[in-house]
Amino acid sequence: MNHLTILPILVPMLTGILLLLPPIRTTLTRQRLFALCAAGVNLLVALALINLSSTGEISLYALGDWRPPYGIVLVADRLSTLMLLLTALLLFAGLLYASTGQDETGRYFYPLMMFQALGINGAFLTGDIFNLFVFFEILLIASYSLLIHGGGKHKTRAAVHYVLLNLVGSAIFLFALGVIYGSIGSLNMADMAVRVRELSGAELQLAKVGGLLLLVVFGLKAAMLPLQFWLPRTYATAAGSVVALFAILTKVGVYCLLRVHGMIFGDYAGEIADLIQPWLWGTAVLTIAIGAIGVLSSPSLKRLAGHLVIVSVGTLLSALAINTPSAISAALYYAAHSTLMGAALFLLSEMIAEQRGSALDMIVRSRPVAQPVAIGITFFVTALALIGMPPFSGFIGKLMVLQSAETNLQMIWTWSTLLVATLLALIAFSRAGSTIFWRSKGKNSDPAVGSRTKFAAIWLLLLAAPLMSLFAGPIVDFTSATAAQLDQLAQTPQLLLNGGGN
Amino acid sequence: MEMLVALAIGILTASGTFLTLRGRTFPVVLGLTLLAYACNLFIFSSGRLVVDGAAVLQQGLAIPDPLPQALVLTAIVIGFAMTAFAVILAMRARADLGNDHVDGSEKRDEQSGDQR
Repeated sequence: MNHLTILPILVPMLTGILLLLPPIRTTLTRQRLFALCAAGVNLLVALALINLSSTGEISLYALGDWRPPYGIVLVADRLSTLMLLLTALLLFAGLLYASTGQDETGRYFYPLMMFQALGINGAFLTGDIFNLFVFFEILLIASYSLLIHGGGKHKTRAAVHYVLLNLVGSAIFLFALGVIYGSIGSLNMADMAVRVRELSGAELQLAKVGGLLLLVVFGLKAAMLPLQFWLPRTYATAAGSVVALFAILTKVGVYCLLRVHGMIFGDYAGEIADLIQPWLWGTAVLTIAIGAIGVLSSPSLKRLAGHLVIVSVGTLLSALAINTPSAISAALYYAAHSTLMGAALFLLSEMIAEQRGSALDMIVRSRPVAQPVAIGITFFVTALALIGMPPFSGFIGKLMVLQSAETNLQMIWTWSTLLVATLLALIAFSRAGSTIFWRSKGKNSDPAVGSRTKFAAIWLLLLAAPLMSLFAGPIVDFTSATAAQLDQLAQTPQLLLNGGGN
Repeated sequence: MEMLVALAIGILTASGTFLTLRGRTFPVVLGLTLLAYACNLFIFSSGRLVVDGAAVLQQGLAIPDPLPQALVLTAIVIGFAMTAFAVILAMRARADLGNDHVDGSEKRDEQSGDQR
């Protein structure tokens, strides 16, 4: 048993608690330093874990040494560690950006960010579906408070929708867990995957209902089509550094679909194999479509970024719908790319908003930004990566998703929607860029120059765009191995019950 | 017994759903509370209902499944915290937005001014 596995949960938790106690709480400088150091440690832990898992080893951590299926386990396989690394990067960049002043606009910013990271890390690590619910609630209650960080009418209005919707989501999650425990008789994901194959009759129907209820819950988290209306406004009103971390939240939903529906209700689930596949195609295509329409209609950069998140979720869902190892591999690459670039765009639009006075990040003619060259270059790179133009990572990600379509029908649906969405994103970005940077009027009388720290935070994420295409080979090897490992785990979940497959 | 529990859960869920779909925050919060109660009862019954069973362990008596009880306890605690948060947020929204409508405005055609 490797104690490294539990560190991504322990580090943010202890940091969050220490940040609330006197020696650190008293001054903002200490809070900033301590939180940044902790985020750095979290990043190192995530790197160590991904290094460990890239050998193919699955570390199984039985809490209190209670063996599965009775005890609660943490599972750090390739997929989990990849998501942990993304979270750690976002947390670090978000904190770095916030340390230049955004953290002063409300109380308890750093502890809340840490608790949010605790919830996200926990959700990625846990191998127990009820624990997944608990970690969901931790990340949700932290996100509720972070959403209204800074205060204001717009934030309150968005928060009411977000909180109420997610409370209904939690209720549905609990109903689903009740149905699943009543029918399958276990809450350990691997044990569930073993037991679900032997179900028959009424129990089978109940398990099916439970699985589909879970699709609703994860769909709400992932912003899947009929459940995506909360996202653009919520993300557009929240503070930039907070939304940078929120960029991973939709991927938590997609991760759960991959983990729970891939392993428990996946290809090898006997009579209810591929439970959600019939639903995924339609929702994926429509999610991309509505996201793309939203991109075109966005009045502000942050809304544009929010709608792009929806497009990326739709792309991921279409890859999940194709459901071959190469499609899953493509989805993982694309998820990593879209998370980092999405977060970078949110931070960048926050910075643009700070430099344009009352015009904020709206796509209208207004005074120029204070640093047109630096911000313009950053915007250009972000836009190219998010649209999916070569030479950046978005191009490779989209290409992989397109290539993974095999049958004619799959090609017609994914190619047409994805390519049209790309074109619409290109139009929207060109309009936004030319309006903000070229069609400006007047002088910038109040040059509020963005500090180097802010640029560092954005470029930390943005560097992934060239790096992910430069090192596309090793990364794709990793994601392909991840897809193979997921398939292996779905086929023989017993590996996760007998002390871990080495 | 089964019928009674099923009816209780059904009525709670139905009323909860109805109230959740209302337009003002107070009934919505009440609805969420009812839904949370329904969930708790439902999880409790997922361990199968036993009449006259042993409280903990006793020879010759049916032993209840202890896991749903632990789950319900967790769910109740989390539900409390979330409801408390929703109540505070609803009060804050009432103060910030000047009314208690979930959309923050009474009239549907009113320009919300929310372009951000």
